[in-house]
Amino acid sequence: MADVHPLIRDELLPPHRPPRRHLISIADLEREDVERLLALSRTFSRSLEREVKKLPALRGRTVVNLFYESSTRTSSSFELAAKRLSADVMSIKATGSAVDKGESLKDTALTIGCYDPDVVVIRHPEIGAPNLVALHTNAHVVNAGDGKRQHPTQALLDLYTIEEELGGIDGLHVAIVGDVLHSRVARSNVQALLLMGARVTLVGPPALIPRGIEAMGCTSSHDIGAIRGADVVYVLRMQKERMLAGANYVPSLREYTARWGVTRDRLRPGQKVMHPGPMNRGVEIDDEVADMADALIERQVRSGLVVRMAVLYDLLTHGPIEVKVAEIEAVA
Amino acid sequence: MTLAGKSGRESVVILGARAVDPTEGLDALVDLRIDAGIISRIEPAGSRLDLNGHRVVEGEGLVLAPAFVDPHVHLRTPGREDEEDIASGTRAAAAGGYCAILAMPNTDPVVDSASVLGALLERARTQAEVPVGFLAAITKGQEGEELTEMIELAEAGAAGFSDDGRPVVAPSLMRRALQYNAAAGRPIALHCEEPTLSRGGQMHEGAVSAELGFGGYPAVAESLMVGRDLALARYEGEGLHLLHLSARGSVEELRAAQAEGVRATAEVTPHHLCLTDEAVRSLDSNVKMNPPLRAEEDRETLLEALRDGSIAAIATDHAPHARHEKEVPFEGAPFGVTGLETAFSVLYTRLVKPGLLELGTLLERMSAGPARIYGLERPQIAVGAPANLVLLDLEATWEPSETGFQSKSANSWLLGATLQGTVALTLAAGRMAHSA
Repeated sequence: MADVHPLIRDELLPPHRPPRRHLISIADLEREDVERLLALSRTFSRSLEREVKKLPALRGRTVVNLFYESSTRTSSSFELAAKRLSADVMSIKATGSAVDKGESLKDTALTIGCYDPDVVVIRHPEIGAPNLVALHTNAHVVNAGDGKRQHPTQALLDLYTIEEELGGIDGLHVAIVGDVLHSRVARSNVQALLLMGARVTLVGPPALIPRGIEAMGCTSSHDIGAIRGADVVYVLRMQKERMLAGANYVPSLREYTARWGVTRDRLRPGQKVMHPGPMNRGVEIDDEVADMADALIERQVRSGLVVRMAVLYDLLTHGPIEVKVAEIEAVA
Repeated sequence: MTLAGKSGRESVVILGARAVDPTEGLDALVDLRIDAGIISRIEPAGSRLDLNGHRVVEGEGLVLAPAFVDPHVHLRTPGREDEEDIASGTRAAAAGGYCAILAMPNTDPVVDSASVLGALLERARTQAEVPVGFLAAITKGQEGEELTEMIELAEAGAAGFSDDGRPVVAPSLMRRALQYNAAAGRPIALHCEEPTLSRGGQMHEGAVSAELGFGGYPAVAESLMVGRDLALARYEGEGLHLLHLSARGSVEELRAAQAEGVRATAEVTPHHLCLTDEAVRSLDSNVKMNPPLRAEEDRETLLEALRDGSIAAIATDHAPHARHEKEVPFEGAPFGVTGLETAFSVLYTRLVKPGLLELGTLLERMSAGPARIYGLERPQIAVGAPANLVLLDLEATWEPSETGFQSKSANSWLLGATLQGTVALTLAAGRMAHSA
């Protein structure tokens, strides 16, 4: 930690335990990992108030962004986060690359590994893609979304946003509303919120609340009225492409909006509203709610930058340890 | 039906082994002599059998049992000989203690005509290390539309009929197959999966899939089809065999039908007996199979059914896959794992040693059980029987590793595990097919 910028050094928590080598799933984190990352995010947030926003902390480091799915806010915020820390950034999109020619993820990982990147940030439509990249490169791997499983930096930036707005997370009640079944944001957030002591209720149409998910420690309801008791209402994007006729998760978007859309009159004054974006205004959230003062949606985007700076910084300023991999043996 | 493969006329004496043949009620220390491939004498250990001209095997401390029969193997031939072929698959079988295996017809081309079947049997005669039988498809191309020429296939030596890998979706066609099989007369073996319920399923639907985000393949997708097929079998008065059961509901359907006198049999795999959907948390594509690993209550029910005999056979569903096809994220990987070389060891280690299953029951369900279902000659320890024997070392331990298999593929869920119980020797059709 000799090359740490003096501004940052002051507020770093003492490392009680070695941090993870990768950030792939919230399930791999302990509460103190999250606390350390949130504290680091606050520090970076202050650094961004200065006129010159760039810090030299990761000078000479290389970050590769490997995106197999479309993304605006995640890819841009990872890129900017790395640049704010003076790292060299290379962004690779699946279209127009060797992936188009049928290259396997393993071979792409081996190829990128030849450049000795320090961090690979990957978004991929398939669950476990970041684990595979971790297996075949020496880089630290950050999961920027793998299929329907995890999007850990989204959950961290949501925690950060809640903590900044409400002063803490412990004891809060958060309602997550909408298409939980297809949502990695929901899965990561449930784990992250529970880890930090919040209570979580999932609200949505029956077929979109996955069977058995209560085993994670949350409750579920099919009644939109259940959001009234929450401190924070977290609205999920309705994945319209999955709601086409014939899928029958819900009879129609019209009925979904009528029954589960988050509108002003379904909220209690003072409730905070969040959304991971991109929003379908008029579907899962109405205009009035999206634009109200208690909506934290733009705050979330701003949090994304400092949280991703914190994640990159945290991974690169500690010595590597092996990632925790669940052994088949252990569960057999 | 025809089993094709190498056979032999070995003359061997096995001294001082603990012979266990549950069907014969045998559990004793014996000296056993084989002359020209046939068991000729079984005497108490130390009987000073005439050893002259025989290969002598010191069997002290080892268990001698009827060799195993695997009713469910994918030999990937014709079409994917890079993954497995007749020689490598049967070498793997011999290494696992099997004296006979049955291969499924979901190859490329599908085994749906007497000419494809004949060519396979012809090849097996010279290449198979242990005798192998071939099932033929129920429907042409396994497409679920037209029946194959089942009588001609039966006459050409088909061991049975199956569209394994897929269900016979249309109930009317399933009914016709059962009706027609009254004339063809071979076992019909069914892969029970209601495809509109399992569509998009990557693993068992439950708490683990909910947390990981994988598409769910609900248990009811299997048990619903099991129920339908048993209802048709009951209506037609025909028998059927249920492949690789995974769900508690399926076992309940099976038991109810058996109690009513329906001639229904079933098999279960080692992985469904040992693992649950919790294993998928590893994201290892070598725990991805169809049907998927299910919940603990399903696993316990399967084990119970195996104990009480409602499920009479253990089948590996040995499904070799090329390394590059499995070395991808879970969702992109094909279904299936290998099993021939680890089945006995893992079941001994995980079920017999902790006292969950009797050794005798395990041996019976791996040999006599499957033989009976398909009408094969039962491997046995009896004078006059052909030498279909396995010699097991229950004390030795080993670690399956990618380079240690006889199979061409290594997509085993047991890589790196420590297993107890090894196969020291396999005699199949009177021939020494494997020795460690």
